[in-house]
Amino acid sequence: MNVDLSTRYLGQNLVNPLGASAGPLTGRLDSLRRLQDAGAAVAVLPSLFEEQIQHDEQELERLYEYQAESFAESLSFFPELENYNTGPRGYLKYLETAKRAVSIPLIGSLNGCSSSGWVRYAKAIQNAGADALELNIYFVPTNPEMTSTDVENRYVQLVAQVCQSVSIPVGVKLGQNFSSLPHFARRLVYAGAAGLVLFNRYLEADIDLESLTFKPDLILSHRHEARVPIRWIAILRDQINASLAATGGVHRTQGIIKLLLAGADVTFMTSVLLLKGPDFLRTLLVDLARWLEEHEYSSVEQLKGSMSRGNAPDPGQLERANYMQALIEYSPHRREPHFD
Amino acid sequence: MQSRQPVTVDGNEAAASIAHRLSEVIAIYPITPASPMGELADAWSAQGRTNIFGAVPDVIEMQSEAGAAATVHGALQTGALSTTFTASQGLLLMIPTMYKIAGELTPTVFHISARTIATHCLSIFGDHSDVMACRQCGWAMLCSNSVQEAHDLALVAHAATLETRVPFVHFFDGFRTSHEVNKIEQLADDDLRSMIDPACVEAHRARSLDPDRPVLRGSAQNPDVFFQAREACNRFYDAVPSLVQAKMDQFAALTGREYHLFQYEGAPDAQRVIVMMGSGVGAVAEALKVLTDRGEKVGLLKVRLYRPFAVEAFIKALPRTVRTIAVLDRTKEPGAMGEPLYQDVVTALAEQWPNGSNGHPRPVVIGGRYGLSSKEFTPAMAARVFHELSSEQPKQHFTIGIIDDVTHLSLKWDEEFTTEGSDVTRAVFYGLGSDGTVGATKNSVKIIGENTPLYAQGYFVYDSKKAGSVTISHLRFSPRPIDSTYLIERANFVACHQFQFLERLDMLQLADPEATFLLNSPFGPDEVWGRLPREVQQQIIDKRLKFYVVDGYSVAQMAGMAGRFNTAMQTCFFALANVLPREQAVEKIKESIRKTYGRRGESVLQSNWAAVDGALASLHQVEVPAEATSTTHRLPAISVTGNQMDAFIERVTAMLLSGQGDRLPVSALPVDGTFPTNTARFEKRSIAIDIPIWDKNLCTQCGLCALVCPHAAIRMKAFPSQACEAAPKSFQSKPYAAKELPDYLMTIQVAPDDCTGCGVCVDVCPAKSKEVVKHKAINMEAKLPHLATERENFDFFLQIPEFDRTSAKIDTVKGSQLLQPLFEFSGACAGCGETPYLKLLSQLFGDRAVIGNATGCSSIYGGNLPTTPWAQNALGRGPAWNNSLFEDTAEFGLGLRMAIDQKQGYAQYLLAQLSGQLGDGLVQQLIESSQTNEAELAQQRQRVAALRKRLTRINSPDAKRLDAIADSLVKRSVWIVGGDGWAYDIGYGGLDHVLTTGRDVNILVLDTGVYSNTGGQASKATFRGAVAKFASGGKASRKKDLGMMAVAYGNVYVGQVAMGANPAQTIRTFQEAESYHGPSLILAYSHCIAHGINMTTSMGHQKDAVNCGFWPLYHFDPRQAQSGGQSFRLDSHKPKTRFRDFAMLEGRFAMLARSNPEHAERLFALAQRDIDDQWRYYEQMAAIDRGGSTSPAPAESATNADVNGDSIPSPKTTNPVAL
Repeated sequence: MNVDLSTRYLGQNLVNPLGASAGPLTGRLDSLRRLQDAGAAVAVLPSLFEEQIQHDEQELERLYEYQAESFAESLSFFPELENYNTGPRGYLKYLETAKRAVSIPLIGSLNGCSSSGWVRYAKAIQNAGADALELNIYFVPTNPEMTSTDVENRYVQLVAQVCQSVSIPVGVKLGQNFSSLPHFARRLVYAGAAGLVLFNRYLEADIDLESLTFKPDLILSHRHEARVPIRWIAILRDQINASLAATGGVHRTQGIIKLLLAGADVTFMTSVLLLKGPDFLRTLLVDLARWLEEHEYSSVEQLKGSMSRGNAPDPGQLERANYMQALIEYSPHRREPHFD
Repeated sequence: MQSRQPVTVDGNEAAASIAHRLSEVIAIYPITPASPMGELADAWSAQGRTNIFGAVPDVIEMQSEAGAAATVHGALQTGALSTTFTASQGLLLMIPTMYKIAGELTPTVFHISARTIATHCLSIFGDHSDVMACRQCGWAMLCSNSVQEAHDLALVAHAATLETRVPFVHFFDGFRTSHEVNKIEQLADDDLRSMIDPACVEAHRARSLDPDRPVLRGSAQNPDVFFQAREACNRFYDAVPSLVQAKMDQFAALTGREYHLFQYEGAPDAQRVIVMMGSGVGAVAEALKVLTDRGEKVGLLKVRLYRPFAVEAFIKALPRTVRTIAVLDRTKEPGAMGEPLYQDVVTALAEQWPNGSNGHPRPVVIGGRYGLSSKEFTPAMAARVFHELSSEQPKQHFTIGIIDDVTHLSLKWDEEFTTEGSDVTRAVFYGLGSDGTVGATKNSVKIIGENTPLYAQGYFVYDSKKAGSVTISHLRFSPRPIDSTYLIERANFVACHQFQFLERLDMLQLADPEATFLLNSPFGPDEVWGRLPREVQQQIIDKRLKFYVVDGYSVAQMAGMAGRFNTAMQTCFFALANVLPREQAVEKIKESIRKTYGRRGESVLQSNWAAVDGALASLHQVEVPAEATSTTHRLPAISVTGNQMDAFIERVTAMLLSGQGDRLPVSALPVDGTFPTNTARFEKRSIAIDIPIWDKNLCTQCGLCALVCPHAAIRMKAFPSQACEAAPKSFQSKPYAAKELPDYLMTIQVAPDDCTGCGVCVDVCPAKSKEVVKHKAINMEAKLPHLATERENFDFFLQIPEFDRTSAKIDTVKGSQLLQPLFEFSGACAGCGETPYLKLLSQLFGDRAVIGNATGCSSIYGGNLPTTPWAQNALGRGPAWNNSLFEDTAEFGLGLRMAIDQKQGYAQYLLAQLSGQLGDGLVQQLIESSQTNEAELAQQRQRVAALRKRLTRINSPDAKRLDAIADSLVKRSVWIVGGDGWAYDIGYGGLDHVLTTGRDVNILVLDTGVYSNTGGQASKATFRGAVAKFASGGKASRKKDLGMMAVAYGNVYVGQVAMGANPAQTIRTFQEAESYHGPSLILAYSHCIAHGINMTTSMGHQKDAVNCGFWPLYHFDPRQAQSGGQSFRLDSHKPKTRFRDFAMLEGRFAMLARSNPEHAERLFALAQRDIDDQWRYYEQMAAIDRGGSTSPAPAESATNADVNGDSIPSPKTTNPVAL
């Protein structure tokens, strides 16, 4: 095959546009190696959750202090240990080990909850050897006094603080629920983001019908979900100067091609690799190369963004009207829409 | 030579630091107050800390102190340097082995935090009754009087034992020294090396048992040689004093600290001298200084080497001018001519005082007792003793520190006498257990001790409650070493960390005039004055106190550490106390926080630092008005009306509750340790912030809330509707859901002042609102708005007659909860997992229960003064309770049973003898009543009442005898209660034996899987993979299957229960166990703080434990085997979840997974294998068909009990013994 599969993302030269996004497979050395061996060009390590760290630390503190020094016979209830592995140490140690274990670029991922935490941990991830950093920002506004501008300002401020404190490229992983994504995306890039990752899939709470309590639950993505990043990547591609990564619903070669056509620099996947194993990447890669060859593309670069909103013959289909169209044309007997 | 560092440590750490560095094998067992020495040794070895020889000491926990001593004995015999740590009963358990170790002239040191031996009661506090009980074993005994000495003399002991071959007891006062934090100079490893003679170590090794040069030791000897052999060791003992002094001299040359076998201080020409040992010498020395400054001829002789008693050195140390000597003993030997040290001194003087020579007649000696069970011993008391010595006829065998109005032995002392120096900062902090006050003040001591030239001392007083306890921290800072071994009596700084304490504690009585008073107050400087009780206002005015407030709650809240305002308060102390420049203090506090909390994580560090910064901004001085204006007053100590209070409660209990127990005279106390029950109700501590409030509309009347309440603070009652006629308006009730009682109402009522706010009741409540899911039939709500109404409601609730026991369906949760709890308002931890079982026991059988309780949590919350939760019903019936020891409870309980059986048998014999006069019908009914249910029990009680009436008409000795024991004709329920430390470890031998006797005892093991009472040390019930003290790397071995060991006997009823998983099975098991006329063993899963869980959701953890097979539910009923049924039944389902998922929800396991993930994974995998293996075994057991098999053979030793459970024990009618 003569097709050049290489691409560039967050300042990194990648041998192909397939990446492993943050998930269990990138959190273990053995599976990380298998991902690389199967052809992954880049991997995002699981997120370092500041909130989780704080929770662990506070819980540990609670454990030791609860009822301590209360009764003369039991001044404490647990032995003091040398190392509690709270804080980011475990994560950073893994990052360092992973850097030595694989040669592909590794992107650290950070989910913070305080501005000081974001900066502190971003620096630590950089110092541990990450090639780039992905900020996994997740904020659920519950206060009706908070406007959408307030929310966006909060994001932009965090991104700016982190970008000013580290020298490695910073990507921002976003949810899709912003009133004006293009405007917001541009603000993030102005704040220093070198790339955007579209879109984050969040832990959505489910309800346990027996206990009537919320239970956090994560379900694997479905390939149809790729349609959302296709639209927004196509819309953003020509309008912002930053890397664009697609994630969520990347399951099949056809989907990858479509995302690249829309303008993605790289496509990240987790669910399909969990379902079919890291080796499935090899199949995807072969199929991608074959499709490009069969369709006489010489490189991924040639393909990338060739159907962005600016380059597509029918950009209006990306806008609201096509929703009505789809509804009108939908029938139970019809095969699934043409994505994938 | 390495440099020596000043460190601020307590006496236990000071001694353990030396012991660990000089030992190779360390056998340990927890006992207060010595446990920290074992814990430290274990932790240090787990961390890989080496001894001075370069090896990591091998530390092993044993099943008892007897086991620890024997392990040390063995290790010594094979040439290791070995040690152990203990106190009190633990030391007593070592005595047999100590004779052996000494008899074999084996060098070792046992470090002892000297503690009171249990007599009329248990006491965890300090005196010399334990060490004095082993003075005859042939061990050298070296006493340390302070934290520095506990460090220094530990080394002298280790060095001297190797030189002399005589084993050493190195002891210091429990709590006063073991738990006092003081600044000391830490000895370097090089110091230790230079004191230990390698040749002695080699000689010790050369004497070891070795098949390459075999010897026999431990022979049995006959009259021909034993005596001579016993005398053969004399020269070794003769040599001890000079060799010890030589080591002391070597130590002095090394460190500059001089020690002598008997160390004298005071006037060189003293005429009056006190002889004593232990921490009390600090108080005497202070009094001595004041008196000698006044020109008085007084002195103090400190005894360091108590055994062998070096008479010559003793005589030499005394000034020849001495005329009278008071020997103070911190122990009591009833019936002796005097206490041990006194007798030694008298003998020494009689033997060797150079009488008549140089005109110095032999001094007059008096003996006195002081400081039993850590009773305060102050310079004022010492001064009084000196004064007594100057009287013409000094009182012999006096006591000091108490008021003895019975035998009039006590000396009255001048409470105004004080020796506190004006250059000493004396600060007292009042906190609530777990609010961090003690931790913060310990840090303050360290900050001062380790960052300034000042000396620092911290001592901490805790009350008797596990939940909501009051802590009082006493801190001294001084330019001179601090030997003030007594509580601060005049403070120049008083801090109250809990605003509500002002209502019930008179803390300002300690404040010196113009002292500083710091109050943690939710009210600001302008508002706080009006919120103070009038008495407090008056004290502030009268003493011209400098009054400051800080809103520590808000500071902590802002810093993200709600409820833990200790850091804020500590900062304010430094800001006000002027011990350090403010900026430097803040810096040091932050540094100290890093040391203390750094390991726990950055966020914890940041929160604490934020609290430091926030505190100073919130600190305000209050302008004190000229007059007290408040209309509120301090609350009375006891909240009962006159007619509820008998004389004892009024005279004794009320004083204890008000913290005035020290003032009670001897006449006030029972002579034999017998106290009334039913007293916890007088102690209204009101510690909950939130309490459960009932929403009757949602209530399904299931009774779960009442069942799980650890404190009997939420109760269910059903009653005829007319009982409600005089109810307060706010009293809630609803129709009782029972067809047979259509006119009944029911209620769920909280005891607002007795609830601890644990929330377990709300957590288990299954009734949720359809409209608002979080709203249940009971909901935790802020107490204050409900307090007045709920107090009134609870008072009314108590007056409603109890449900008729004979008509309650007591085999159901609902029915059982209609029965009156006779275990209420204990001081157990909020959310305790043990107490719900005891409460259930009290409801089902309490009015006829006799309980033998092992030492442990249950004996503390069950029997620690001032009050007891064991209660009585309206007829005055309730559990009768006693705690013998930790190790002997099963046997003790067996004894209870045997006497009851004997009484019953004798009563039946007498009935038979008197049947002609009593009427055959009544006699026959009394003897034959099976008493298998409440109705039959009630009938039997009526028969006994009828019997008593008839007996009054018979004038014969037999009638009198029968009248005395007639109550035993009503079936008694004997319960043996204890924790897993007792049942699995120290008491297992006895428990095992009792199981084989076939006697009708019910054994309840409250299995927390750790030694909960002493702070969570591992037991053999600790599950594999759990982190516990003594198992800081995770318990490596499998949990002992005690239940199956008992099942193997075939004639023991065994049940394993977890109330949170299956309450009905729990209730059924209790009833079956009790009804079985042989030994019964119930293993009750009891959650504990040491599990690292949220205690509010603890019952859910029980469910998880059962669901994953961690704690299968089952019962084994020997009666079923006999009747052809299924004797072993699994009462829980096949495990549905994996152990790991359960484990990660509990800190005890999750902590290991975090600290050592690989090791945790290994242990968790093994634990899963344990569970799988156990479940397979249990399934097979459950499948065994024993139908038609012969009944299990009664144990050979069974005499009076029917081990097969099919009939009542036949009365013994031969050889009756009059009781």
